[in-house]
Amino acid sequence: MNIVVCIKQVPGTTEVKIDPQTNTLVREGVEGIVNPFDTYALEEGVRLKERFGGVVTVVSMGPPQAEAALREAISVGADQAILLSDRAFAGSDTLATAYVLSRAIARIGDYDLVICGKQTLDGDTGQVGPELAQRLGIPFVAYVSKVEAIQDGQMRVQRLIEEGHELMEAPLPCVMSVVKEINVPRLPSLRGMMRAKGAQIPVWTARDLDIEADRVGVAGSPTRVIRVFFPQRTRKSQMLEGTAESQVEQLVERLRETKLI
Amino acid sequence: MGIQIDLEKCTGCGACLPACPLDALELAEDKPRVKDNCNLCGACRDACEYDAIIIEEAPEKIAPDTGFRGVWVFAEQRQGQLKGVAYELVSKGRELADSLGTELGVVCFGHQVQGVEQLVAYGADKVYLVDDPALAHYQDDLYAHQLARLIEEHRPEILLAGATSLGRSFIPRVAAMLETGLTADCTGLDIDGDTRLLLQTRPTFGGNIMATITCRARRPQMATVRPHVFKKGIPKDGRQGQIIRIDFDRSAVTSRTKLLGFIEDLTEKVRLEEADIIVSGGRGLGKPENFQLLQELADVLGAALGSSRPPVDEGWIPYSHQVGQTGKTVCPKLYIACGISGAVQHLAGMQTSEVIVAINHDPHAPIFEIATYGIVGDLFEIVPMLIARLKEARG
Repeated sequence: MNIVVCIKQVPGTTEVKIDPQTNTLVREGVEGIVNPFDTYALEEGVRLKERFGGVVTVVSMGPPQAEAALREAISVGADQAILLSDRAFAGSDTLATAYVLSRAIARIGDYDLVICGKQTLDGDTGQVGPELAQRLGIPFVAYVSKVEAIQDGQMRVQRLIEEGHELMEAPLPCVMSVVKEINVPRLPSLRGMMRAKGAQIPVWTARDLDIEADRVGVAGSPTRVIRVFFPQRTRKSQMLEGTAESQVEQLVERLRETKLI
Repeated sequence: MGIQIDLEKCTGCGACLPACPLDALELAEDKPRVKDNCNLCGACRDACEYDAIIIEEAPEKIAPDTGFRGVWVFAEQRQGQLKGVAYELVSKGRELADSLGTELGVVCFGHQVQGVEQLVAYGADKVYLVDDPALAHYQDDLYAHQLARLIEEHRPEILLAGATSLGRSFIPRVAAMLETGLTADCTGLDIDGDTRLLLQTRPTFGGNIMATITCRARRPQMATVRPHVFKKGIPKDGRQGQIIRIDFDRSAVTSRTKLLGFIEDLTEKVRLEEADIIVSGGRGLGKPENFQLLQELADVLGAALGSSRPPVDEGWIPYSHQVGQTGKTVCPKLYIACGISGAVQHLAGMQTSEVIVAINHDPHAPIFEIATYGIVGDLFEIVPMLIARLKEARG
């Protein structure tokens, strides 16, 4: 059971705050963290390896400093990690990112399962997983909340949708994205941290992956951000005053005026 | 192609640094330097008073106008019922098609779907209906294959779909099949009159930043949209449109994944994503039993029951109720937050709600900063009063 887990280094969430005076971003010490959704993917990969044997390989596409995220992955049980880094990758959208990941996973070769988080914290798109599955030509199962069984080359899982849980069966190899409900990620062990510190993390570049230059980076990305702005906060806050009865009365009145109730 | 800083013009004032939403600029020897995570958005260029930042655009690979015409909407159904987001997108799609002077096509997959002709009343010129028992339930492979084939055949310039669990699973696969761009979770869609481009605006970084995205050279331009972002229009009886029935070619594709069963979430009486009103509880509830009080309020209002992260982590309520960055993102007309302090992660999941009511004992709780109406007080006093008042009003 060889498992590939895809992770991304993202800015720590609370660092992205708006200074109301200057309307600019406030960041106290920009520290990269492993995308929280990916920690569930990683934990599930390690648990499945513990159940079925095999190797967990973690890959991340990003700038050189993303190596820190890969070391963190090794500290919580991944066997090996590969950084996909090249200036040519900069500016890649989800389609181009999925292409780079698919080239890397093809090079890793012998894999049964690819696990992704359901989305990243910064981009929030959730598109890389399904686009990656399409690139690899294998099935995709989104929002997995439980892996029930894996046998005879088939995986049986539960996945979370709006109305409840679907019970699905998918042949291996496949790509799945997981939700928080699936597990509680472990903390790094002392031994894990020692291993992470000493681990060799190879860097694969565009050349190593036989990347076609016009399919990555800005040139290979169909979508382009043309404008970035801070959302207008037009909502006026109003504190309701008076006794509890009066506050409730005012609230009901207001909600009725706006025809919400 | 890329970004360059003209060091002669640059005064090293540093105004570009805070303008960058990605923190992709740093000062090196008093001049800005561009880091690898730059995506060439141009925010720094706009902030520079000295025109010292130059961004070269990538040359167009294909002329934008390659015969793709028309706006399409993928209308999602479940168990034969069209979802609310389908009507919302048809209404928005109509608007976009009118600005482009083109047709609105609606695609629907399922078996014996009810009310398909209503899609015409809401604005569709053509409804492409693929009715087959194999498509009754969502099947990733079949849906992706069928939609890609229809797009290849009819060549619409725009395709919109709901950012539901279904849309977010298979629409990206269709985009990858067609080698085109896809923008997730748009909250604004407009047409640029000069270029016919779809301007796709979406929140990013947990809603703290908005980005407008275009897909210039490839078609169709694809976007997913969350339920409730756009308004469902008013149907016009007697509106003319065509319903085109298309046979599903079962020999062309087989589903590799299999749906074995479904476990309904019985704790969720009203779906969070589809709800007009959400009553949500946080750590301030103190114990699991107290969610019953909120459920009672939700019942009176016909609302869905939500939660911030702490009660879910404590096991008071299932994860399916969690609103926020690691849970669901919702935008109801009314969101009532009870005993929720308002951590940024929670706000990220609900701050686009139309009206927000916050009830909390702590006057300094951050939730009050984004609340439309705030009540500082004991929720165990306020909520029962509110329930009684609402019941009384109903008579």
